[in-house]
Amino acid sequence: MKNKVVLNSVRFLALLVVQIFVFNNLNILGYINPLPYVLFLLVFPFTANRSLFLTIAFLTGLTFDMFGNSGGVHAAACLVLAYVRPVVLRFTYGVSYEYNAVKLSKGTFYERFVFISILVLLHHFIFFSLEVFNISSILYILKKTLLTSIATIVFCLLFNILFSSKRE
Amino acid sequence: MQQIINFLIRYKHFLLFVFLLLLSLLFTIQSHSYHKSKFINSANFLSGGIYESVSGIQQYFNLKTYNQELLEENARLREMVRDQSPSVIELAAAEFDTLTALRSTIALSGNQFHFIPAKVLNNSYAKSDNFITLKAGLKDSVQREMGVITSKGIVGVIDHVSPNYSTVLSLLNTSFLTNAKLKNAEHFGTLQWGGRDPNRVQLLDVQQQAKIAVGDTIETSGRSAIFPKGIPIGTITSFKLEESKNFYIIEIQLFNDMTNIGHVYIIQNRDKPEIEQLEETRTSEE
Repeated sequence: MKNKVVLNSVRFLALLVVQIFVFNNLNILGYINPLPYVLFLLVFPFTANRSLFLTIAFLTGLTFDMFGNSGGVHAAACLVLAYVRPVVLRFTYGVSYEYNAVKLSKGTFYERFVFISILVLLHHFIFFSLEVFNISSILYILKKTLLTSIATIVFCLLFNILFSSKRE
Repeated sequence: MQQIINFLIRYKHFLLFVFLLLLSLLFTIQSHSYHKSKFINSANFLSGGIYESVSGIQQYFNLKTYNQELLEENARLREMVRDQSPSVIELAAAEFDTLTALRSTIALSGNQFHFIPAKVLNNSYAKSDNFITLKAGLKDSVQREMGVITSKGIVGVIDHVSPNYSTVLSLLNTSFLTNAKLKNAEHFGTLQWGGRDPNRVQLLDVQQQAKIAVGDTIETSGRSAIFPKGIPIGTITSFKLEESKNFYIIEIQLFNDMTNIGHVYIIQNRDKPEIEQLEETRTSEE
């Protein structure tokens, strides 16, 4: 238990530093800044108390809002991600999956890819909708969501493969 | 009563979710209305401190550009001083202070404007509402609504201030509005950013009588107490009449490279309280 807390704290701090100092300054093609910090919420222990997870997701988002001067945009997007995660989990790993046994790194690559993609797309769509906050630029929002999501998904998968502790 | 409690227990996750979602939406809406966001910004000791500790490294990579900019600024100011009066140059040659010279170029009563130099800790330009974090705060007598410029042009307006840090509502923010005019005429309009290209801004509501041409310079109009008159902004790249044919919509290429800003000056207007007081009495009389 204690081990898990330490592991997640370290993961959070590492992703915070990498996100703020590297990914927020990437500006691929001038405006794509991937948000791989969502990986923290994606791999957060599936067995954790749901209220705790929601609160942590909210606080994670708020931390990034503080660094980005963006009000509550990250917080809202992270919160929705956290709330929807069990549903997506059931969808990708099948109805029969056992809550307690599943770890993200144990699934097949395809399952992992689908799981990450759905949640990242959802997170980014909410994030950019709230950030632009203008319904008339919906095309711009969709374009930014799609391009940034692709970048984020690539980085999330890379990190996930690089840092998963046990290989099969 | 029992049922209400049961309901609360059964849906506690959902209720927590809704509560936190509303809270974050509140923060979001606040951040989109100018000067309302109170809690979440990077002008605090935690994020400001972290940005500061790393910006030293980032600045190192840009030293060459910053030096070049300072040299250009110096050269330009020297030229200005020489043009203005031959006697000043002798004084200036002995001890040349950029800030004093900058102040004298704005031909207004001696001490109205005071310039506070500041280092940029963090700068964003890829979002639709961009902010800049500066290493200058209340201790350096920085206050809200002060203008921020570089040697090349305007940058933004101070938004939040903490004892050591401050955030700037960047020119590249959809909430940023200021008055600007043509350099060679007094026709003025509203400057705003379309939210896409970090090198271009739009000047709206310029009277159709104005004679404009591609390549003309746009500068601040001095109509607000934030920016003095005559701070450069950019050059006209294209213009067209809006649908009602009464006003121009002008596209402007910025002088400043907003993606690379290292050092800025914060403008303190010493007469601002007086101006504001005067304007308040006028509106209350109406």
